[in-house]
Amino acid sequence: MTNEAILLGLAGVLTTAAPLIFAVVGETISERGGVINLSINGTVLLTAMGGFAVSVSTGSLLWGFVAGMVIGALVALIVAFGSVTLKQNQVAIGFVLALVCRDLAYFIGNPYMGLEGLRLPSLDIPLLGDIPIIGTLFFNHDLMTYLSYLIIPAAWVWIFRTRPGLVLQGIGEKPAAAFVRGSNVRRLRYLYTVLGGAIIGLSGPIYSLSVKAGWKGTISGLDGLGWIALAITIFGGWNPIRAALGVYLFAFLQWLGLVLQPSLPGVPSQVLQVAPFPLMIMTLLLVNIGNTEWVTRTLAVLPAPLRRFFNRLLRAMRASPPAALGTPFESE
Amino acid sequence: MHLLFIKQMNINLNQICKHFGKLQANDHISLLIPGGTIQGILGENGAGKSTLMKILSGFIQADEGEVILDGVQVRIHSPADAIQHGVGMLHQDPLDFPPMRVIDNFVLGQSGGLFPDWKSVVDEFKQLSEQFDFKLRHDAYVDMLTVGERQQLEILRLLWLGAQVIILDEPTTGISALQKQKLFETLKILAGRGKTVIFVSHKLEDVENLCDRVVVLRQGKLVGEQLKPFNTKNLVNMMFGKSIALEESKSHSTDRIAFELRDLSLEEERIQIQNIDLKIQAGEVIGLAGMEGSGQRPFMQACAGFLRPVHGRILVNGRDMTGMNYPAFKRQGVGYMPASRLEEGMIPGLTLSEHFILAGQQEGLFIDHDQWQEVTREKIRDYNIRGKPESPVESLSGGNQQRALLALLQQPLKLVLLEHPTRGLDIESVIYTWGKLKERCCDGAAIIYTSSDLEEILLYSDRILVFFSGKVSAPLSARGTSVAQLGNLIGGKDWARIKTGVGVTA
Repeated sequence: MTNEAILLGLAGVLTTAAPLIFAVVGETISERGGVINLSINGTVLLTAMGGFAVSVSTGSLLWGFVAGMVIGALVALIVAFGSVTLKQNQVAIGFVLALVCRDLAYFIGNPYMGLEGLRLPSLDIPLLGDIPIIGTLFFNHDLMTYLSYLIIPAAWVWIFRTRPGLVLQGIGEKPAAAFVRGSNVRRLRYLYTVLGGAIIGLSGPIYSLSVKAGWKGTISGLDGLGWIALAITIFGGWNPIRAALGVYLFAFLQWLGLVLQPSLPGVPSQVLQVAPFPLMIMTLLLVNIGNTEWVTRTLAVLPAPLRRFFNRLLRAMRASPPAALGTPFESE
Repeated sequence: MHLLFIKQMNINLNQICKHFGKLQANDHISLLIPGGTIQGILGENGAGKSTLMKILSGFIQADEGEVILDGVQVRIHSPADAIQHGVGMLHQDPLDFPPMRVIDNFVLGQSGGLFPDWKSVVDEFKQLSEQFDFKLRHDAYVDMLTVGERQQLEILRLLWLGAQVIILDEPTTGISALQKQKLFETLKILAGRGKTVIFVSHKLEDVENLCDRVVVLRQGKLVGEQLKPFNTKNLVNMMFGKSIALEESKSHSTDRIAFELRDLSLEEERIQIQNIDLKIQAGEVIGLAGMEGSGQRPFMQACAGFLRPVHGRILVNGRDMTGMNYPAFKRQGVGYMPASRLEEGMIPGLTLSEHFILAGQQEGLFIDHDQWQEVTREKIRDYNIRGKPESPVESLSGGNQQRALLALLQQPLKLVLLEHPTRGLDIESVIYTWGKLKERCCDGAAIIYTSSDLEEILLYSDRILVFFSGKVSAPLSARGTSVAQLGNLIGGKDWARIKTGVGVTA
């Protein structure tokens, strides 16, 4: 493989990661507010189909993305209504929605299968795009890939540096304390769940209008993306930047699987295609292993310098979920 | 600085009534609190103190009656509404955000633009903090702070938001003697500056030391009022409707060794403890004194098998248990009662009787509910728990949860480990609880417990271990130690005069 090909391949990793970035950031925002949107796998499929169908029917890419956001927001609205207003179990609601939305996508999407559609054009950024290596790697993509770079720091700044972001952390951490400080916990949970859903809703159209343009029903290769997004959100410690690193690692592993295939003829191609999933889970588990009791017990028998090193390392990697995640809020 | 601007607020509560189901929590309570004073509200657990304060701070609404602030009748709809009126409350369990930074906690809830002006916020925080000589770092995380420091943070925050009235609900539970002293100094400064402080407590001694005036609540009614200087006997009578005397505590120590630590070293993120040697006899009571976070918790956890020591051995009844886990310790007769009741001690959502079923012996697949109802009723009587077998545990008051936890400890035990066994209990319940615990000592159990109440430590322990930032004293005999000596040791003074680590059997 030439250097040129590797560079283009790595640049492709950034593009294929874009849908996952939006899914993970949207989910992170929703969960920071205390609501798990477990429907994400179905939402991604439904918005991919919906976005494609709308753009084919209207001939407009913009309407395709808008449709994705609206569908994502509506599904999230159901999650919010069930968990905030009806105080039902978020896992149950989300799981059922995940299945329903997936089947709806396949069913409604039938007439649009294999149709020729629009594709988001590549948009080279002047000046930046001309820088050798970096230009090819980062600045020869389409608009949504650029947006995917921007939404990561934007979400981070919102959550950790702005006043409403602090409140967002508060309603997910200890809603009673946020209520005492004047927040309308229920309204804010609605707001952030729906906002998160709208952002998740962008990931489907990015896929069907850019990454692998078109709608191919059950063989779209999209099923499972939402579940991986959920896992990365959790292991990313509800921090957009950490989660984004996880997404890029996953996309990189997927690309590696494709690249390695010709040089490893003995290995069935399915193994290489599936390998990123367990590899990802293993990595994420390793990152979070410091939370477990048996690890701390095992570490206790190590000699002191080694033990301190591991302890520091594990502490730095540890992340705790928003304490009120998945629980309804009752003010007295 | 708005703090120096003296403006006093008079509070007038008029004929306040509130009931929960059949329980009349507040029964026509009328109370006048002049600005710039420290008003004590005294009463045993469940007397209706918290309810009254929650009404004043907007958490709940009164069924009847009116709240008048500075002559104006107000309706307080929410806690946020209350702070608009200048009324702020410190809750018994701090309502803050542990994984967030101090300064984030400080800002959260203040209204303003999208980006807080961090620089001026930090400056104002430091200025306020200096006025009270608090040693809070603005960039520290709240989960690394002690309860006392979290209270300081909350006081600063309320003042910053312009509170004229500060209500404190049982603020001295869970903080050390030194921190209590600091808190009282702070509250006196506040009153001196014209703020109104309302101090809710069941601890007579605290109220007497701090307050200018006090009212006593019993069973939802206001039963009496006193101005400084207080008549203790009279107050006790009002609180309980009868007089109560502390009794002398008896030792049940025998010469059989129940528990032994040999050259034990522990390590946790923040603290290291080295080379403890200790032999505890059956029937003996060992009190652990020290500021919160000085190493008592890892020590207790190691004794229960939750934390594996990095060095040394643990022997239960002569049997080497080093490196084993809690279930193994439990089989050897070690029982552990954690400090946080609902997080670690009980399962919210399950009823009292379900807790006893879980704690009890498993016999067969199916549960004989009638039998367990009976067992639970017996325990309820025995431990004086106010609740029914079918009450969910989270519906019990703090004191009753505490008694239920004690009732849940298996019988018999060789070693009982208790974190703050009487935290949040009134005097009557404390005496009762220790009576129960001493019964276990009679049966040959050794007890190790922590408490932030020095008098309790001295009264009920046979020997005392003092903890100071990971250092552990040799066991001190409770008979030969005074509150003052103990206070100094806890604060890190006089350590040169005593031995550390190496324990000698008394």
